[in-house]
Amino acid sequence: MWEIDKKKCLRCGGCVSVCPKLALELKEFGLSHDKNLCIECGLCEKICPVGAIKVKKND
Amino acid sequence: MINTNKEYDIVVVGAGPGGSAVAKKCAEAGLKVVMLEKRQEIGAPKRCAEGLTFSAEKIIGKIPEKCISQNIDTGMVHAPNGKCIEINFGDSGGYVLERKVFDKWLAARASRAGAYVQAKTEVKDVIKENGFVTGVKAEFEGEEFEIKAKIVVAADGVESTVARKAGLDTTNQIVNVDSGFQYEMSNLKLRDIHCLDIFMGNKVAPRGYIWIFPKGEDTANVGIGIATAEKTAKYYLDKFIENNPQIFKDAGIIEVNSGGIPVGGFLDNMVLNGLIVVGDAAHQVNPIHGGGLKEATFGGQIAGDIIIEALKKGDVSQRGLSEYNKIWWKERGNFLKKVQKLREVVEKLSDNDLNMLAEALSGEDIVNFTRGNKILKLGKVLIKNPRLITLAKKLF
Ligand SMILES: Cc1cc2nc3c(=O)[nH]c(=O)nc-3n(C[C@H](O)[C@H](O)[C@H](O)COP(=O)(O)OP(=O)(O)OC[C@H]3O[C@@H](n4cnc5c(N)ncnc54)[C@H](O)[C@@H]3O)c2cc1C
Ligand code: SF4
Ligand code: SF4
Repeated sequence: MWEIDKKKCLRCGGCVSVCPKLALELKEFGLSHDKNLCIECGLCEKICPVGAIKVKKND
Repeated sequence: MINTNKEYDIVVVGAGPGGSAVAKKCAEAGLKVVMLEKRQEIGAPKRCAEGLTFSAEKIIGKIPEKCISQNIDTGMVHAPNGKCIEINFGDSGGYVLERKVFDKWLAARASRAGAYVQAKTEVKDVIKENGFVTGVKAEFEGEEFEIKAKIVVAADGVESTVARKAGLDTTNQIVNVDSGFQYEMSNLKLRDIHCLDIFMGNKVAPRGYIWIFPKGEDTANVGIGIATAEKTAKYYLDKFIENNPQIFKDAGIIEVNSGGIPVGGFLDNMVLNGLIVVGDAAHQVNPIHGGGLKEATFGGQIAGDIIIEALKKGDVSQRGLSEYNKIWWKERGNFLKKVQKLREVVEKLSDNDLNMLAEALSGEDIVNFTRGNKILKLGKVLIKNPRLITLAKKLF
């Protein structure tokens, strides 16, 4: 499960740079996430400077 | 508005320092250039502490007063125990810029040289034909259009989605990206407005540092860049501010910034058929301090030269453009890779190690190390401490 707290996100693109699946993109009105591409690796959560992303691996 | 029927020589994606450098160079050579920027305001919000050394002007050109917030002549590195190393920059000082003004100045310069520049225009994908990148799909005010060009320049910053969509994997390894967070603050009690303060220590900023870059009498960029840690970058910066009321009591926050800072992971290959990658998008950053303004400009200018040559010869294939890899590695890559090694050593230092180094090293030594010089001396200091021998070996 991938979740974002849009109120915290500063649209900096840090998460986009490390996403191995190109599941994240910075759009005009915020971060977009493609759950079909996401493998829930958690790298975006690790890099986010403000803790806006939470990733939980679905078993 | 953009003329979509026109055949361009190059499309530059992203109007940061890297993109503007390519656009200017190519437009000056008479090429038909278009530069697209997805944000509505070039340069804003900044993802940057705005520090730049005077020496960068050799590459960028004379920077106008309006882009400069503050002149800097010293640096002060604070070890965990409070011991300081003062670094006198002398002639090699620098500026704290106003990036919003600076980035627009760079883009305007490219425009004046003949490049067509357009903000609020997002590149959504690349067009590929017969294995060549031949243009981009973009969107402006909800309308999608295509622009054809002989070469696409991916200068899209840390996100670097353009190159990846074209098939060049520029994904940054998490060990090679720092997590950055910053407040621009007002009503600060600054010790010296011509001095950059750097605070190190694993409690303060695990495997990274906190900076105070003055922008005026009582304003500064106060930020942190760290490797991924237990807590977020913001958490450590907030704690630092709380613990230092002598600087921050009653201070205001006038801007909030964050960002990923590439600190290594240089790419052997930065070109495809019809595509060339510059700046943060190609991880062209100095790994010891995360400075990328000068590197992006440098990379952009090299790319410009290569593009001009390639179009003259009529060869925009990966082979035709691969001279870019060669020249960048010769001019910047090999040096930056050495700096990355140094960084990997610094990252592993404990608080005790840092305190010891603050005793043993002078400001001049630090300047030398960050330039990649006299690493041998650092090695000698490290070797005095048995725990550090393994680290010292990494440097050679
Ligand atoms: C917290 C922090 C502090 C820093 N401090 C310093 C410092 O003090 N000194 C220094 O030299 N460097 C610093 N840097 C690094 C510096 O900001 C970057 O290296 C520099 O901006 C890189 O320039 P660039 O042109 O490659 O990319 P950018 O300046 O990031 O420009 C890329 C542009 O491309 C645009 N773009 C992206 N995707 C698209 C698309 N699909 N379509 C259209 N446009 C697109 C973006 O909106 C952006 O404007 C810092 C970075 C951070 C995060
Ligand atoms: S790293 Fe965090 S703050 Fe930056 S764009 Fe991603 S979610 Fe937003
Ligand atoms: S969890 Fe991994 S794959 Fe999913 S968006 Fe984050 S970085 Fe990308």
